Amino acid sequence: MTRRILMAALAFALAAGAASAQNVLINGAGATFPYPMYSKWFDEYHKKFPTLQFNYQSIGSGGGIQQVTQGTVDFGASDGPMNDMQLKEYQAKHGSAILHFPTVMGADVPAYKIAGVSQALNFTPEALAGIFLGKITKWNDPELMKANPGVKLPANDIIVVHRSDGSGTTYVWVDYLSKVSKEWESKVGRGTSVNWPVGLGGKGNEGVSGQLEQTPNSIGYIELIYAVQNKITYGKVKNASGAFVEASLASVTAAAAGAASDMPDDFRVSITNAPGKDAYPISSFTWLLIPEKIADATKKKAIKDFLTWMLADGQNMTEPLAYARLPKAVVVKEQKAIAKIQ
Amino acid sequence: MTSLHLFRRKAVNAVMLTVTGLCTLFATGTLVFILGYLFIHGGTSLSWDFFTKLPTPVGETGGGMANAIVGSAKLLLIAMLVGVPIGFLGGVYLAEFGGTTFSFIVRYTTDLLNGVPSIVIGIFAYTLIVLPQKHFSTMAGGLALGLMMIPIAVRSAEVFLRAVPVSLREGAVALGASKSKAILTVVIPAAKGGIITGIMLDLARVAGETAPLLFTSFSNRFWSPGWEQPTAALPVMIFTYAIAPYEDWHRQAWSAGFVLLTLVLAVNVIAHLILSKSKHVAR
Amino acid sequence: MAASSTTITSAGPSRPARSFFQRLRGGDEAAYLITFAAAASILLVTALLVFELYTNSALSRAKFGWSFFVTQTWDPVAGQYGALPFIYGTLVTSALALLIGVPLGVGAAIFLAELAPRAISDGLTFLIELLAAVPSVIYGLLGVFVLIPILRTLEPAIRAVLGWTPLFRGAFYGVSLFSAGVVLAVMIIPFIISISREVILAVPGDQREAALALGATRWESTWDVVVPYARKGIAGSIFLALARALGETMAVTMVIGNDPKIKASLLAPGYSIAAVIANEFTEATGQLYTSALIELGLVLFALTIVINAVARLLVAGTGDRNA
Repeated sequence: MTRRILMAALAFALAAGAASAQNVLINGAGATFPYPMYSKWFDEYHKKFPTLQFNYQSIGSGGGIQQVTQGTVDFGASDGPMNDMQLKEYQAKHGSAILHFPTVMGADVPAYKIAGVSQALNFTPEALAGIFLGKITKWNDPELMKANPGVKLPANDIIVVHRSDGSGTTYVWVDYLSKVSKEWESKVGRGTSVNWPVGLGGKGNEGVSGQLEQTPNSIGYIELIYAVQNKITYGKVKNASGAFVEASLASVTAAAAGAASDMPDDFRVSITNAPGKDAYPISSFTWLLIPEKIADATKKKAIKDFLTWMLADGQNMTEPLAYARLPKAVVVKEQKAIAKIQ
Repeated sequence: MTSLHLFRRKAVNAVMLTVTGLCTLFATGTLVFILGYLFIHGGTSLSWDFFTKLPTPVGETGGGMANAIVGSAKLLLIAMLVGVPIGFLGGVYLAEFGGTTFSFIVRYTTDLLNGVPSIVIGIFAYTLIVLPQKHFSTMAGGLALGLMMIPIAVRSAEVFLRAVPVSLREGAVALGASKSKAILTVVIPAAKGGIITGIMLDLARVAGETAPLLFTSFSNRFWSPGWEQPTAALPVMIFTYAIAPYEDWHRQAWSAGFVLLTLVLAVNVIAHLILSKSKHVAR
Repeated sequence: MAASSTTITSAGPSRPARSFFQRLRGGDEAAYLITFAAAASILLVTALLVFELYTNSALSRAKFGWSFFVTQTWDPVAGQYGALPFIYGTLVTSALALLIGVPLGVGAAIFLAELAPRAISDGLTFLIELLAAVPSVIYGLLGVFVLIPILRTLEPAIRAVLGWTPLFRGAFYGVSLFSAGVVLAVMIIPFIISISREVILAVPGDQREAALALGATRWESTWDVVVPYARKGIAGSIFLALARALGETMAVTMVIGNDPKIKASLLAPGYSIAAVIANEFTEATGQLYTSALIELGLVLFALTIVINAVARLLVAGTGDRNA
């Protein structure tokens, strides 16, 4: 009896070990901002090529940068481009560079849950900076009332929700705040993880969305698709030209228009507070972080093929998920850059 | 002693009986509540899909946790292969060759290891295995869990071996057996009920551990091939799905929680039944 | 014994001294070596763990020194790391857990050990010990979806009763130090009950009988005689529960709010050492950040070692070998 159990256990172990040995598993980790998009892409790509499995875990942009630098994953993803120090660290560790490949554009929206308020509120840069600095503490603050005449804002405390993990979504948000508020820039600054003056922490876009849903009178910043999929109300933001713009495919694309023609070779660029009357001011590219040198030939081919597919068929899948497709000029430039992966 | 004073003492007696009884009711009631709540929210929404399907892309409903269930099983297999031999043999050493300063140090260190928070074990496994190997893996996760199993395996082996009556040992030696033969053929079989239940309880405990897996086995959207790739695991999925905003994920988290809790409690109940003859209950 | 030349030799066959390899084949030496190796490997692995923690936190220890323990700032952008908010959160939530859990746990233990009939006591104790087997992440799940909504509805009542203290002021978001403390309390109660009950049961019967013979009521015999006798063991169970509460990760990180700030109010969100490591470890970019987190792990490790050691001393003191 014991012998039979042991035999069965051994068979199970061997089967578990040998199963799908011919499948290629490529591990990636990083941003939660584009997670719905990547999740869909990798699923579709797997349907097309069943032996290729791209396992993407959304642990936050900070995690993507860190793990790809440590070499524990095959690729990373981030909506905050790696800064020069991080690039140097990668170079020093691996002897070769890490490349940025923009995939889609998305938007950080100010999402909130206020009893009795179901419309999109208007937020000025001063209001957003004030709320996140902890200086504007009540929903019926004059700064908010001024931009929203006719809306009944309650006298409740504002509960701020931010990220507790290292996040590119955070990077985009604080990059914008740094551009529009000198106080924010000097007091808090830019980064994937900052010293928040106020607020609760949620893990990932998922965690912040979850927190917003559970907490009355809260406000947080999340990627557009998370607000849409979970039916969380989000507001309009005043852009550099003075118009209150809502995040949408059109307004995000407008924000990237200027950058498209001017894209640097390493694709690292910020499009927050972009000029243009239709531009949504808190937009961003998001990047896949691919090592320049990939040792495993099968994985290298798989990744390069995926990138080619992503720039073509993949771009046709972005709009249903409310991500804006890359500008043509950027796509062309990227297709050339794929050759850099050795 | 006036009768008023006596009455007051009797009243205090009755009141405290009630108060402490209420405390007990609260403690037992919590367990019943937890089981009931998980059953209603998780048990009733269990479906065949949950056990057989892989997760679907973010935001889409449907899908299941088949890979997480298999992943947890694989992790526990490695944990058992690592934790049980070292723990059991270590316990044998302490029980049979103990009494020296060395065995005192070993016992103290085992207690120390038992007190290490699971997140710290996770850090250890990450720096020791994941970083040099340059990938997350089932092996690293299993090793972290195995490490957590060792102290309890040592303790239960030692306790149950020591509990074997001296007469059995002496009988074996009187029949001419060497010490090792006596241990192997008489003492260990006599203690095997307790030792096996101790190991079962140990496994049940690490089955629910999440923290050490966060940096070792990571997670996987697909089936994890072999032992050297990241894998999904039930407790990690519960954590990820619970803090997310998607209703469908919440439902799946409840189901996973129900499955996990049922398995853990079933093992505990079976172990208790096996041990109910013996005086000691291993923890 | 004095040996004389007329001693009769033993009846068994006399054997020459065996060489190492002969003994090895005989099995005794092998058994000793194998089990010794297992025991030694436990020492090795634990030493390695401490070593890894120590060396990987070197950068942070060198940069911040002792000020690490008193700095409030946790600022990855500026590269400033201080452990105080996490130490505060860990200690406060654990203290709250003890405050709620100890009266309930010891009360239940007294009932189960002294006042209840044996059959009920055994059955209920078994059920309560099952509570100890519930995984942390499931407590977290219940904390998020059951406890926090309940606390939110109870909040006006709590504020009415306790709002005069600075401990219960300010906005309540659901996730808070208080919520984490309550969840921890529920998690540690089974440990307090099961160990305290065993310790109380171990008190010699003649102590009780003497008290009852003198005319004491059941409660008086319990509270004035038995419990003081067992108090070291009960204290030990409390320390063990504390050690567990300090290291709890998942349940805490799901309900504490993840805000590295020190506020007077328990209703405010906070952070604990275990929770910050779980949230930020995989993404700590840069050596200093990772090193600071590992130093936090070292602090937690040291804390739990000390508390566990005190607990063991106390429990062993009352003759209970089984805890």
